[in-house]
Amino acid sequence: MSLSHLRRLEAEAIHAIREVVATFSNPVVLYSIGKDSSVLLHLAMKAFFPSKPPFPFLHVDTTWKFREMIEFRDRMAKERGFDLLVHTNQDGLDQGIGPFSHGSNIHTHIMKTVALRQALDKYGFDAALAGARRDEEKSRAKERIFSIRNGQHGWDPKHQRPELWKTYNTRIRPGETMRVFPLSNWTEFDIWQYIMTEDIPIVPLYFAARRPVVERDGMLIMVDDDRMPLQPEESVTERLVRFRTLGCYPLTGAIESEAATVADILREMLTVRTSERQSRLIDRDEAGAMEKKKREGYF
Amino acid sequence: MSYLPTLAPLDIQAHLADQDNKSILRFITCGSVDDGKSTLIGRLLFDAKLVYEDQLANLGRVGAQRSANGDDIDLALLLDGLEAEREQGITIDVAYRYFSTSKRKFIVADTPGHEEYTRNMVTGASTAALAVLLIDSRQGVLSQTRRHSYIASLLGIRHVVLAVNKIDLVGYSQTVFEGIAEDYLHFARELGFQSIKPIPISARYGDNVIANSEKTPWYQGAALLEYLETIDFDRQEAQKPFRFPVQLVMRPDANFRGYAGQIASGKISVGDQVIVAKSGQRTSIRSIVTYDGEVEKAVEGEAVTLVLSDDVEVSRGNMLAAPGARPFVADQFQAHMIWFDPSPMIPGRSYILRTETDSVNATVTALKHQVNINSFVREAAKSLQMNEIGVCNISTQAPIVFDAYKDDRTTGNFIIVDRISNATVGAGMIDFPLRRADNVHWQATDVNKGARSAMKNQRPAVLWFTGLSGSGKSTIANALDKVLHARGKHTYLLDGDNVRHGLNRDLGFTDEDRVENIRRVAEVAKLMADAGLIVLVSFISPFRDERRMARELMEKGEFIEIFVDTPLEECARRDPKGLYEKALAGKITNFTGISSPYEAPENPELHLHTVGHEPISLALKIEEYLDQMTEEK
Repeated sequence: MSLSHLRRLEAEAIHAIREVVATFSNPVVLYSIGKDSSVLLHLAMKAFFPSKPPFPFLHVDTTWKFREMIEFRDRMAKERGFDLLVHTNQDGLDQGIGPFSHGSNIHTHIMKTVALRQALDKYGFDAALAGARRDEEKSRAKERIFSIRNGQHGWDPKHQRPELWKTYNTRIRPGETMRVFPLSNWTEFDIWQYIMTEDIPIVPLYFAARRPVVERDGMLIMVDDDRMPLQPEESVTERLVRFRTLGCYPLTGAIESEAATVADILREMLTVRTSERQSRLIDRDEAGAMEKKKREGYF
Repeated sequence: MSYLPTLAPLDIQAHLADQDNKSILRFITCGSVDDGKSTLIGRLLFDAKLVYEDQLANLGRVGAQRSANGDDIDLALLLDGLEAEREQGITIDVAYRYFSTSKRKFIVADTPGHEEYTRNMVTGASTAALAVLLIDSRQGVLSQTRRHSYIASLLGIRHVVLAVNKIDLVGYSQTVFEGIAEDYLHFARELGFQSIKPIPISARYGDNVIANSEKTPWYQGAALLEYLETIDFDRQEAQKPFRFPVQLVMRPDANFRGYAGQIASGKISVGDQVIVAKSGQRTSIRSIVTYDGEVEKAVEGEAVTLVLSDDVEVSRGNMLAAPGARPFVADQFQAHMIWFDPSPMIPGRSYILRTETDSVNATVTALKHQVNINSFVREAAKSLQMNEIGVCNISTQAPIVFDAYKDDRTTGNFIIVDRISNATVGAGMIDFPLRRADNVHWQATDVNKGARSAMKNQRPAVLWFTGLSGSGKSTIANALDKVLHARGKHTYLLDGDNVRHGLNRDLGFTDEDRVENIRRVAEVAKLMADAGLIVLVSFISPFRDERRMARELMEKGEFIEIFVDTPLEECARRDPKGLYEKALAGKITNFTGISSPYEAPENPELHLHTVGHEPISLALKIEEYLDQMTEEK
């Protein structure tokens, strides 16, 4: 008898999560509220049962997340009883940095990358678990499960440690940190299939509903609050849409869809012809955008 | 021909169950630079319609910056995701790709061809069951082909697809194809692969990638994808014995103690007997705990938590195993090792050895030979350089639990970590334990160090003088020796030059020999300290690693590092033995400070500047330090 594909992925991820707890003194989970984070949370609950996960969950809040995401985050923290930390870059907030006023690049750098670095430094975390997957993007396909960051949180793709078998080198020097991606070998499809099999709660934005959207740069941007400035030729219309991936609402495009259940989503995925990252504006601002962000400390 | 259904199945649950039960083949692509590995995977995904439209569109945009193939879409760019890779047009690091067809799921690791990045090829190979080895039809078998074949075989890959690529560039010639296949089969005979399948391919034009090509009518075999879909790689082997490396002890409260880990091999049921490998204690499984409830049994690959019937001593790094087929427990063993780091592996140097869950200090006691990857001939070697493979005897500070790598890839592997940089500098596959580990036991003696030093009315110490040649080490050591002797202390002075006349007469001045030189002297100093003596060691000892090794041999507080700090110019001016003159004239190679490095101590117990100070006053300073230490005690 051999394990099914999903059980194998599950066991590999649990092993990596436990390895972090066994070898680091102050780990944290980077909780971004999306589907991957939801799976990671679920796996962390499994990994330490009957104990609770022995680390906090950190959300880096840019203040531009969908409102439904924030509601979901707070509900999950209460229901699952985990320790939730929220960090916002106060300097960025004071300067009024935002995606509309400063563009996606500056906004992401200041409110996500810099904010993440601040939070890691503030709490002195030595390892940060996150739900990144190799199938998301080409430079992520190159990343290790245990991925070392220097004192400035930078990633050097040319000097990654060889990572053989599942014998991880978890040693770091003072100031260095480790990023750990237990879901590295999962695909988008695996994630959905696992969400269905395990009945994992996710933000309702993933399901189709009539939502107010504006068409901009070939993407459907949802008007989530009144901070969104409209161009003269633009108008808000209600359309039946859902999200394949969630980030800051002005930077995340919706797709037209009728998929209202996880089974519908899986069915839709079997015929879809574009990648999930297509709806993420921040990957597209220049060639090698993701790699560049990761070098600076984005994950 | 598409491998994705164009209509969604109505019964998604049934479809998913079907998906989930498909076998999964992990494979790597390897071979020399520019053999077209990334292009081949790109072609496979593209032709099987497994590439998303936006990724293709994006490819056009990036590709325009490096239009290697003129107007063609450069499919390699689907894989080469790093900027440096796009700049140089090579693969630097492993890219993992995931795809599935109606028959099977695949994880492919596209690994680099460049020799410099061999470590990344090894990374991909460590988890793969099959290797697609590319050969350029115009080049035939190259040394990188041999290297990658050898590494694949060493890491336990049992199936090879020989993708004879760029067949379009040799006019789809059957003769060329068959010549290369024959060459390869001949050379790979001794590598022990279970299957080798040569396929003529043009990754650029897609010949024999997902379908048979009309241009090679003489080739009757399967196209690459069909072959990958149907090969029986998971040959049912005899049931392996139960192995459970303990990862974590779970103690949520006083009533629960469970052991978390991932089953490396075999299976386990509630009630089964197990032994704790390191102690040999026997117990049984009381329950198997998971988040989804208790289960009756668990199998290889599952991450579970086991509760034992008895209160036995188990911690991370130990292993639970089948009583009838126990793993080895030893602190000495032979292993094949691949070295990754620019600074070579030197026998005698201390490293950290990491198995899946254990971590111990280790040294290579002997490099038996290295393997020439072109001829597979065993060659004598004193050190392993980057990307070299050797067979070593390894000694660990404490026993570890393991199996032979050929029996179990999970419990038979280890990595080597540098103690300073924390880099993963090597990886190993264990062959077998060394019997002498079982038979040589430390002889416990009744008259011990305490008794011997008490009789001498002194505290044993190792005073380790380090510094450049001519810095004044021996002069100061000699002065101190006289002072201590006059006070009735029992001392002995080990001088570098003197020891090299006898015990270390066989050693030269290469890095390897210097390491061995220090190792022997440190061991002698340790025995002398055990005899209750105050030992003065006056050795250049240029490398930090070895001084630390010496320090770790001694008891805490016993090792006193004395840095005799004299500028190189001053040493050269003094030149008591005329060595600097010769070294500067190029008559001595490997001379510390001139043609070989000196790594100054970072935190010596005593840091002596000699310029402007008399040797006797410096010796008295050391005496003072010794007195203080004795008082504190």
